[in-house]
Amino acid sequence: MRLENVSEAERKMLLSFKCPSFATHPWVSGPPLNKRRVAIITTSGLLGRHDRPFQNDPGDNYRVIPGSSQANDLVMSHMSTGFDRTGFQRDWNVIFPLDRLREAAAEGIIGSVADFHYSYNTIRAQPDAPEPMREVAALLKKDRVDAAMLFPV
Amino acid sequence: MPTAGISLIRPHTEVIQPPRALWVPFELGRPLGPPNNPVFQKRVLMALLKLFEAPSGPILVDFPDEEPESSEESMVLSCPVIYAGDADEAGAADTLEAAFHREMTAMRPWYDMAVAERKRTTVGISGIGIEDLGVFLCACVQGKEPESPRKDLSLAYAIKFAAEDLKAYYIEAITAQPGQQGASSRKLQDWFWDETRAGELLLELKKVCEASPDKTLNMIGLHFMVPHSVAARKGK
Repeated sequence: MRLENVSEAERKMLLSFKCPSFATHPWVSGPPLNKRRVAIITTSGLLGRHDRPFQNDPGDNYRVIPGSSQANDLVMSHMSTGFDRTGFQRDWNVIFPLDRLREAAAEGIIGSVADFHYSYNTIRAQPDAPEPMREVAALLKKDRVDAAMLFPV
Repeated sequence: MPTAGISLIRPHTEVIQPPRALWVPFELGRPLGPPNNPVFQKRVLMALLKLFEAPSGPILVDFPDEEPESSEESMVLSCPVIYAGDADEAGAADTLEAAFHREMTAMRPWYDMAVAERKRTTVGISGIGIEDLGVFLCACVQGKEPESPRKDLSLAYAIKFAAEDLKAYYIEAITAQPGQQGASSRKLQDWFWDETRAGELLLELKKVCEASPDKTLNMIGLHFMVPHSVAARKGK
C-alpha cells in the first residue's frame, strides 16, 4: 500500500506497530519453479463456511483449507475493519489466489498445488509465540511443499 | 521451508526482513490487486513466484505497477429505499428499523443475482440466514440480547459477524448492478456508510456495543464495527 494515500491518523497507527527484527536470516533454496509444490498461507482469517469462526481463543491459531476448495467454500472471520473487503467479496483470488495457482500448475509454471493451505487470524506478528508457525511448517513438509506463499491483508 | 510473501506496508518489511518479499502498492485487503482481473493478478503472482529463483536474500522487490483505476467517475450508486424519517402513508412515524427492513428486501434481487452470477457468496460467517439477519441486528440495536445463532460463537462475536454479513450482503448486491462490478472500495464504502440505512443501523449498533458492560462487546463497538476513518468522519 502507499502510505501517502491514507489519512495521517491511519498512517501513524500503521507505523506505530512494533515489528520484530531477527538476528539471523535463514535462507532455504529449492528446485526450479516448475518442480515446486506451492501452498498458500494467509493471515486474512479465511475459513471454511462450516468451520468454527476465530474468536481470539488462546491456542486457536489457524484453519486448514483443502486444496480442492472452491470460492463458495470460504468465508472470512477476521476482526479488523481496517482493510478492504469489497475486493474479496467480488473475487476470492484477491486474497486467496487458488484459481491463479491452479492455472500456473496447468501451464507448467509451477510443479503442483499443495493438498492443504493455511489461514491465520493474526492481526499482528507474534514472534514470541512461533509454535503455530512451526507446526504449520512441519505440516507443509509432510505435504511435500517447497514453496509457501504468504498473503496478508 | 522456502517462503515468499507479499509486503503491504514496506517499512514493516524493511524491519522484519523476511527471506523473500514483494512490496505491492495496492490498498490493504488486496494483496493480489483488483478483483476480477486475472491477467493482472497473474502478473503479481508471477512476480512473487520469481522470488523463489533468487540466489540469496533477504530480498525486498517492488512490484512496478499500480492497481488499474476503476471507472468510478461514471458511476452513481443508487440506494433503493428512501428513508422519509417522518411519516408513512398511514401517518405513523417511519423508523430507521422499518426503513432498513425495506431496504434489505429491495436489495435482495441484486444479491440473488450476484450469487447466481458469481456462484458464491461471502455472507454466512454469523450462521444467521439472510431472512433473520435484519431482525437479529435490530434486536441488538434495541439493547435486547438475542441468543447466539451458533453454539460455537459467543453473542459478542455473533453480533460482529452479523454486521460483517450485512456489509457483505449489501456490497455483493450493489456490485451486481449494471456497470458497478468495478466500483472502487472507496466508492462502495462511502455509499454504504453515507447512503444506506444499513450503515446507519450499524452506527447505532456501535453505540450500543460501546455502552455494553461486556468487555468483548465493548471492544467490538470501539474498534471492530465501523472503520475508524468512517467513525471519525461521522463524529461517532
